[in-house]
Amino acid sequence: MTMTKRLISITILTALLSSMLLGCSSGQAKGELTVVNYSEYLDPEMLDLFTKETGIKVNYEEALTPEEMYAKYSSGAVKYDLVCSSDYMMEKLIKDGELKEIPWDSFENKGNIGQKYFDLASAIDAKNAYTLPYFWGTLGILYDTTKVKAPVDSWDVLFNGDYAGQVIMQNSMRDSFMVALKKLGYSVNTENPDELKEAQELLLKQKPDVQAYLVDEARDEVVAGNAIMAVVYSGEAYLGHEYNENLAYVVPKEGSNVWIDCFGITKHCQNPENAAKFLDFLCREDVAKANFEYIYYSTPNEKVIEGLSDDEKADETLVPPANAMDNCEVCVQQSPETTELMNELWKEIKAE
Amino acid sequence: MNEAKSNFTSRRILLASPYIVWVAGFTILPLIIIIHYAFTDAGGAFTFSNLGLIFSPIHLKAVMFSLEIAISSTVACILLSYPMVMAMRHLGLGKRTFSLFILILPMWMNFILRILAWQMILSNNGILNMILSWFSIAPLKIANTGTSIMIGVVYDYLPYMMLPIYTAIMDINEDLIEAARDLGAGSLTIFLKIILPLSLPGLLSGIVMVFVPSMTSFVISDILGGGKLQLIGNVIEQEFTTANNWHAGSGLSVALMIFVLISMAFTTKEHKEGRESVIW
Repeated sequence: MTMTKRLISITILTALLSSMLLGCSSGQAKGELTVVNYSEYLDPEMLDLFTKETGIKVNYEEALTPEEMYAKYSSGAVKYDLVCSSDYMMEKLIKDGELKEIPWDSFENKGNIGQKYFDLASAIDAKNAYTLPYFWGTLGILYDTTKVKAPVDSWDVLFNGDYAGQVIMQNSMRDSFMVALKKLGYSVNTENPDELKEAQELLLKQKPDVQAYLVDEARDEVVAGNAIMAVVYSGEAYLGHEYNENLAYVVPKEGSNVWIDCFGITKHCQNPENAAKFLDFLCREDVAKANFEYIYYSTPNEKVIEGLSDDEKADETLVPPANAMDNCEVCVQQSPETTELMNELWKEIKAE
Repeated sequence: MNEAKSNFTSRRILLASPYIVWVAGFTILPLIIIIHYAFTDAGGAFTFSNLGLIFSPIHLKAVMFSLEIAISSTVACILLSYPMVMAMRHLGLGKRTFSLFILILPMWMNFILRILAWQMILSNNGILNMILSWFSIAPLKIANTGTSIMIGVVYDYLPYMMLPIYTAIMDINEDLIEAARDLGAGSLTIFLKIILPLSLPGLLSGIVMVFVPSMTSFVISDILGGGKLQLIGNVIEQEFTTANNWHAGSGLSVALMIFVLISMAFTTKEHKEGRESVIW
């Protein structure tokens, strides 16, 4: 009895002591980086490779949503050196002065990232000073080719009643408004109340034809044949096609939302040189390829795209065609008044 | 003597301390925070406007729909519970325990999983419509309707109605029923004059335990309503998660709490004469 007790107290003591020691050594030491990223958004083997090559240890943390990432970051419990998040959240961090400029001069592999992706990211980071594009994609229509009556190339199919009761919309305010705004030919970032109200009318009229407003299950419902088409993200569409080869994905000709996830160096970073090394490492062809094969979202790394098989290159969910981005826009933060109005309009749609 | 008394008091305090800590930390404190948010605006000034939000047409509509779902589900639970319990009453002890066990068994599984299972059963190409097609019956369009939400609510909360009714009915002395029968009472009279009145305390706590959670739930309606139908719970959830307006969300929550309190007041009044089995 006493023996067990002693054992337990020794174990607890050791655990406490070691955690205290670890607590002291982590964070500010020179050879370490603390990174927060989405879950399953980086091949873990690449972290080991980075440590092996540079001797810099990486403390890697994960968050599920941009909001959760922001909560983790702003609580200040852990001082992160690098963050990866979605366009609008990175924009918020830049505007709040939370990010440091990236020392591009020290990069060897920046050229692997296509200029057009930096142009894309300039919507949230005008001078491309703070953010490194990591993965990107579009929002479009995933549909069952065996059940549609005509080729799908426009948002119209969601609204004209041809597929009444067979359509799934995104249960997300920005995404659903995006569809309506683009169909009407307006910007997804409009601040014009009349345009928003017009979009709302369209969505209200569409509601009886909508089977459901879903997020994660949208893809599965089309895969299972419960619906003919759904508004989904391109990465989801790739997986949908893997499960059911009759499915196809299209970015409608009116344009869509294009999203881009970026890395940035925080103002807490004590050693930007190491952080830059990490970002440069991510741009390297072999590393970017490993990450691409781990996640299967569209990569901005042109070296990786060049090395793909013809089949993969032809897959628009992996490599969106050049013109797919033509009418696409990145969602940026809107004014508080617009956000409030949109919230109200969205609530009315859901309540109808 | 005095010492013994104070000893007793201190022991009572000691025994009650987990309860006090629990209630203070997980009921009183959150309630204070919610009330604080409910009565302030974004700038921190005192206001009643958040509470008044419940009267806007959108919110009233959601409240009415919640009420519709909650009342019809509660009634459905009562109608299902009585025959089941009456049937169980005549079983031997072993069979009775087993049938009770079977009823509670699904509760060992996470309730979201059970609701997701219903989604699979009720969806357009789901299990139900597959079975109907074997008999050449036209597929039902239940998915993403109020009916499917109600099915989920009834399925989930039925045990909370059955168990108190079961306990109350099992307590009824068989002699009472035999005496009534000797005096010429038919089955219906026995049910109305003896079983129903004596099981009233169980029925009332069942009503509270089904009505209140179904009035405020949002997960079931989210999954089985396909995001097309809004209960007031969904509206509140969205104020917190997507609109990021904690003041409005808290205001609606407090208004809903008051509403539920008022509707429950009817139940307690009825119940005063009954036995103590309601949760308050």
